[in-house]
Amino acid sequence: MKYILMMNCPSTGYDTFGAWPKKDIQAHIGFMKSFIKALRESGELVSAEGLADPKQAKMVRAGKNGAPITDGVFAEAKEFLAGYWIIDVESPEGAYAIAARASAAPGPGGTPLNMSIEVRQVMSGPPDEFV
Amino acid sequence: MAKRLDDHSEHLLRELAPQALGAIIRRFRDFSAAEDAVQEALVAAAMQWPEEGLPENPRGWLIQVASRRMTDLQRSESARRRRETAAAVYFGYMAAKETEQDDTLILLFMCCHPALSTSSAIALTLRAVGGLTTAEIANAFLVPEATMAQRISRAKQSIKSSGVPFRLPTEQERAQRLGAVLHVLYLIFNEGYVSSVGPQLQRRDLASEAIRLTRAVHALLPYNGDVAGLLALLLLTDARRAARTGPDGELIPLTKQDRTLWDQEEIREGVALISATLSSGSIGAYQLQAAIAALHDEAPRVEETDWLQILALYEPLKRMSDNPMVTLNYAIAAAMVHGTRKGLELLDELDGDGRLAGNHRLNAVRAHLLEMAGDQQAAIAHYQAAAGRTASEPERNYLLTQAARLRESSGNA
Repeated sequence: MKYILMMNCPSTGYDTFGAWPKKDIQAHIGFMKSFIKALRESGELVSAEGLADPKQAKMVRAGKNGAPITDGVFAEAKEFLAGYWIIDVESPEGAYAIAARASAAPGPGGTPLNMSIEVRQVMSGPPDEFV
Repeated sequence: MAKRLDDHSEHLLRELAPQALGAIIRRFRDFSAAEDAVQEALVAAAMQWPEEGLPENPRGWLIQVASRRMTDLQRSESARRRRETAAAVYFGYMAAKETEQDDTLILLFMCCHPALSTSSAIALTLRAVGGLTTAEIANAFLVPEATMAQRISRAKQSIKSSGVPFRLPTEQERAQRLGAVLHVLYLIFNEGYVSSVGPQLQRRDLASEAIRLTRAVHALLPYNGDVAGLLALLLLTDARRAARTGPDGELIPLTKQDRTLWDQEEIREGVALISATLSSGSIGAYQLQAAIAALHDEAPRVEETDWLQILALYEPLKRMSDNPMVTLNYAIAAAMVHGTRKGLELLDELDGDGRLAGNHRLNAVRAHLLEMAGDQQAAIAHYQAAAGRTASEPERNYLLTQAARLRESSGNA
């Protein structure tokens, strides 16, 4: 079964991260790289992406003639998606265990961030026979 | 331009690949290296056979080329490693009392070993016994090739480190281990059996692959009722494939399917298989499920379905398997025979079974029976609850459509 693990961060998250000491930034990046490598080697990784700073994000809607109308991201949004992993595991518990590992990524001073990771099942299961 | 293998030779290669692999593992005791060596022998065959014609003994040819490759590999490794291999080869020969034909079977037992996770066993079986490439398996399961390659290589590693001997399981182990093999084949079929996820053709190939492998096991164990039962079940289920989805991949339930689309050839074969096995000795769960599938397949119109017999077949299946999913299907059959009230009562009993807590199937079946009973409002609620719980997209769309249809027909649109 496939799950998406979503790492959300506060709208100020990218700035906060950028203000960490160099060695902490490096430790965090190193963790993320080895985390993905470990998921690939355990045969569980489907895909993973990090997203650019939400300051560059745009809200888009179709106008009357279908042309895009763009707008800046609303400042009142509290949280943004910072990145995600899609994994293929045998059970929901397997997905939760991996999410917990991601949650404990090192923060300033190497202390685990214990950030919350949203875990959602991807709709990829085979359907049942219906009578 | 180089000549290509003709269909006959390609078919032959696929059939011989697991046999050659089995023989090489038997001789050299190293799954990973054996697989590489056989892979190279297969490539060599694909290049040389069209030019030089089929060798007199194609199986022997493959084993010889792969053995030569194994010997080369071993020469390049350390002396310590060579001594280990020599000892292992010795023990391998000592244990090798089985016939050549058993090699495919032993390989299957190995790939479906209970020590492996289900997903590893599935991947390894398709790779080593089915002869699919890693890329093909990765495509079928919609994961990157690198991930699938790791999954397969880890599976081989766990077989190596668990020290599973390359021989047929003992008489006592046999039934349990065969059960694991049949379960893996069933899961492969199920993955491939109609799914609108991803490239459909490739996933459909999984269903065909599962049937091909089960056929091979049936050829090796023709008198085993469980194997014959599973093969019949797969054929009788696969026969409905074309009718099971509409033009846009939407699910069509059994009762609404266009039965002229059912594959009569597969139905004939499945019915013949199940009839032969039912008359001989003990009856297992696969045989009962196949017999039920046969009754559905043999009804020319849905109204002619022999629900009485289907219900009678669910009785022993229910006693034998202690599986709440079986009780769920039993409830449908009971509703068709004794009326919806009886079916709904059985579902109420299932509510107490923790194993089905939050399972969308329970909601979906209840919705169906409530609709039959004329309680549209409750049916709508359960269709919607089921839609919120399934992990299958076509299924969710089906359930939401059912709820919407009822809302509109009851004037609550």
